Amino acid sequence: MKLPARRTSYGVKGAPYTFLIPATLLFLLFFALPIGYAVWLSFRKVRVSGLGLGAGAREEVWAGLENYTGALSDSELLNGALRVLGYGCIVVPVMLGLALLFALMLDSEKVRLAPFTRLAIFLPYAVPGVVAALLWGFLYLPDVSPFYFVLDRLGLPQPDLLDGGPLYLALSNIAVWGGTGFNMIVIYTALRAIPAEVYEAAKLDGATPLQTALRIKIPMVAPSLVLTFFFSIIATLQVFSEPTTLKPLTNSVATTWSPLMKVYQDAFGKGDIHAAAAQATLIALATLVLSFGFLRAANRRNKQEAAR
Amino acid sequence: MSSPALREAEPSAGTARETAPGPGRRRRIAMVPTVTLLLGALYCLLPVAWVVIASTKSGAELFSTFTFWPGTGFADNVSDLNAYRDGVYWRWMGNSALYAVLGALLSTCVSAFSGYALAVYRFRGRETLFNVLLAGVLMPPVILAIPQYLLLAKADLTDSYLSVLLPQILSPYGVYLARIYAAAAVPADVVEAGRMDGAGEWRIFSRVALPMMVPGLVTVFLFQFVAIWNNFLLPYIMLSDDEKFPITLGLHTLLEQGANTPALYTLVITGAFLAVFPLVALFLVVQRFWSLDLLSGAVKS
Repeated sequence: MKLPARRTSYGVKGAPYTFLIPATLLFLLFFALPIGYAVWLSFRKVRVSGLGLGAGAREEVWAGLENYTGALSDSELLNGALRVLGYGCIVVPVMLGLALLFALMLDSEKVRLAPFTRLAIFLPYAVPGVVAALLWGFLYLPDVSPFYFVLDRLGLPQPDLLDGGPLYLALSNIAVWGGTGFNMIVIYTALRAIPAEVYEAAKLDGATPLQTALRIKIPMVAPSLVLTFFFSIIATLQVFSEPTTLKPLTNSVATTWSPLMKVYQDAFGKGDIHAAAAQATLIALATLVLSFGFLRAANRRNKQEAAR
Repeated sequence: MSSPALREAEPSAGTARETAPGPGRRRRIAMVPTVTLLLGALYCLLPVAWVVIASTKSGAELFSTFTFWPGTGFADNVSDLNAYRDGVYWRWMGNSALYAVLGALLSTCVSAFSGYALAVYRFRGRETLFNVLLAGVLMPPVILAIPQYLLLAKADLTDSYLSVLLPQILSPYGVYLARIYAAAAVPADVVEAGRMDGAGEWRIFSRVALPMMVPGLVTVFLFQFVAIWNNFLLPYIMLSDDEKFPITLGLHTLLEQGANTPALYTLVITGAFLAVFPLVALFLVVQRFWSLDLLSGAVKS
């Protein structure tokens, strides 16, 4: 692009800043300020003097790293982190695997009903997470579910989907159901952008569709896969509304099932905003480290492949 | 699912198609991809189909008849829902529409301004500003929402429409999409030609660039609309007065009450069906205007 702004009048120089005023203001007010405030709160605590009665009895004082050491030794938070890690290990590979598979199938030759199936698989994106959890929640209930009806008729054992190990699968299924279509579209769009010439050589060499998919298509859409992976990790770490919605249907989803639920519980249930702020800061840091770590690893691999 | 097995079957099906176009293969449908996609579609439509049918059942039928057998209670269910707390359900729907339409509209404006400025002008601090705005994507919403709540409480703004609307106007993803789209759709010479004609910067933006950016902005609007309509966490934290609830939060509270009284199940199910309906309809109507290519940043310039 050319550099149009240089020689023209004063008004042009100021224009980009003027255009960016609303975004900058909103960013300062609703992103920067709250984050700064959360970090500030995380280093504070409430000291109660005497019986905690009267005006000066509760005062906010500096806490140093106390809230952080408290958070890191909080077994409930760590268990929540482990639960979400287990959940993520199911959701991310299954969801992206299915998304990639469907995208490749949509992109294959002579496939029928592609517009219909593409729309159908994308449809759950339009369903709010709460409603998705609610729909599946009912489908997991033995009294209402068609699965249990079938299992019952076949005389098979009927597992309790809302408890123990199956609960992870039940929750993962909701996320996979809601997220596959969106990721499929991202990958599919990237597949469509591959120029036709690339396939010609493969066809001349007599490559099977599977070989074409593995050797040409998947490497060429690698950047999209990295992108979807990146966003899936972030979304998984932030899981909140699905377990919160399933909670009324089962006793085995604790109010502190995921780390974010624990933060919510501490902030509003217990009213300890300082502990909650420290936990929130830790989760934000973990998210940043994980997502950037992943991006760097992906970049390094790309460079190695390019060097070869 | 059955996909791994199907994937293994693919090469043989493929070679058979290339080498031996026998009589059975005259129509030449690729069976493996078609069947795989149909199974995927079935999986995705199953809960939606269930809620459509379940919403037609009366409370007794819900537990007694086969799941996918339609019932006779749809009209009763809807009128029960209408009667529930003087029609608060429709108020929730109205609130959701208000939050989503207004929020997405404002968000699109802010994204258009920022995206245009970031794509068309060269200025000091451009990339820094862009990266800082984008970093907002990485922030877990609850981590923003709790201090947002505390700060808004100081301004006496919690439990108001504004408390749900304001934090959702700036969308880092929207700014990103608008920038990509403006860079691809607004040529530098057009802007320069406008300046030659003596048009001011605002005039160039509103009369020349904005019309060129419309397809991209429609996408930004729809994304933000869906994001706000589907949002649960922010209203969950901000609101306590259920007259201001959006539909997601309303259904959640309904389910919480209904968990102990199965009589409310039919209400929740009918409510869920009616809540899914407008968004799915919207999707079917607008999907042709929706440039999904933007998702992966693939804009042909």
